[in-house]
Amino acid sequence: MANINTKASEEQMAYAGVLNVGMWLGLAVLVITFFIYISGVLPSFVPIDDLPKFWTMRVHDYNVALNAPTGWHWAALVGKGDYLNFIGIAMLSGLTILCYMVILPILFRKKDTAYVVLAIVEILVLSLAASGFLKVGGH
Amino acid sequence: MVRLLKITFVLLAVFAMLTAAGTVFASNEPTPAAPAAEAADGHGDTRAAATAPVSVVPESTAPWWIWPLSLFITTFILGILAVLGGVGGGVLFVPIVGGFFPFNIDFVRGAGLLVALAGALAAGPGLLKRNLASLRLAIPVAVIASAAAIGGAMIGLALKPNVVNTLLGATILFIVVIMATAKKSDFPNVPKPDNLAQSLGIMGIYREESLGKDVEWTVHKTPIGMALFVVIGIMAGMFGLGAGWANVPVLNLLMGAPLKISVATSKFLLSITDTSAAWVYLNQGAVLPMIVVPSLVGIMLGSIIGVKILARSKPKAIKWMVIGLLLFAGLRSLLKGLGIWK
Repeated sequence: MANINTKASEEQMAYAGVLNVGMWLGLAVLVITFFIYISGVLPSFVPIDDLPKFWTMRVHDYNVALNAPTGWHWAALVGKGDYLNFIGIAMLSGLTILCYMVILPILFRKKDTAYVVLAIVEILVLSLAASGFLKVGGH
Repeated sequence: MVRLLKITFVLLAVFAMLTAAGTVFASNEPTPAAPAAEAADGHGDTRAAATAPVSVVPESTAPWWIWPLSLFITTFILGILAVLGGVGGGVLFVPIVGGFFPFNIDFVRGAGLLVALAGALAAGPGLLKRNLASLRLAIPVAVIASAAAIGGAMIGLALKPNVVNTLLGATILFIVVIMATAKKSDFPNVPKPDNLAQSLGIMGIYREESLGKDVEWTVHKTPIGMALFVVIGIMAGMFGLGAGWANVPVLNLLMGAPLKISVATSKFLLSITDTSAAWVYLNQGAVLPMIVVPSLVGIMLGSIIGVKILARSKPKAIKWMVIGLLLFAGLRSLLKGLGIWK
């Protein structure tokens, strides 16, 4: 299944296409939401003026002090200026999973079994990381 | 050069104006209710908010907007230096911002991962389309590195800041040694692919414009290379560093991929490795948009300017400047972790 010419393979081109569109879209959303955030159009979960009091804290202490959401609970707070930015961040962070899903049917069609398995495993690994099920202790 | 300086100045001015405009708007808004009160409205555990240890934290005297603006300017310069020095932005970002800004190292690492991720996502499409980044080489390696990065992120977030800073400092100093001493091989000799590389079909052909011919490549020592990617993934997740500094020597010097393929695949690989670690930081709440967005925009704009300057620069001099900068930042991190330079 190795690519034996100088042109990129079909799956590589498909991956690149989705990555290109998704990256610019995610970046645009991130920048727009950031200016909405700092403009104060929407109230922030943590008032901007108070933020310097908290960003020196360890993340665990920050979460406890502010009762800040962990996992996907931020999604319920996208009406707040600061958590609105998480849409763009999640888009950029989730883009690779989407790219793998796009190339999976191509790999299936090519009967490239080893890479089908590897792609599925990668999707599972990234989905596990994104799920929010993994908890960090030790504080 | 004058034109470049003008572009740089305009970009800086635009961002500064937008940030300042945001400040003016923000100051006209009524102060939103305190987060603790929000908690009482049903955002989860109110008991935690009631016992919040807010009062023990010293308040910064500088207005908030000083920090994102400083961050933007700093990362803009880092973006230029990263391109000229041939390193990823993340490896400069974490030790420098962690060492000289007031943010906790947890948030700096979260931002560092996203900075490295955004850079890799931006570079990925072009490298893939030009067949310089190889999906066949990246996919097997990425499974190992991304799984390890999750472990690294979880370990990193569980460690105490002084331990993280000490280890980070030691790692940065190690990177300095690698950068100063490691050799690179444009076309390493790979007598024959190993069994794993052969069964996975890790090979390809790319057009080497400098030679005007097509270059066939494959890899060997794949199992050892993959074992090393466990370590690389853990370090990337633990410290929030892009791992190009380690990816390239393993792909190029150990596994025998041509230098261009190694550099391009390494950059693309970061988009997968850093994704897994970034999710862990995001889900733990270690991502603050006020740190992430100015850094990300700053480093990307800096990289664009850096690419334009690259053609006229003296790479060796800049490489040594970057090494000097990393040496200073690494020492700062190490001494901060050891409590010698607070």
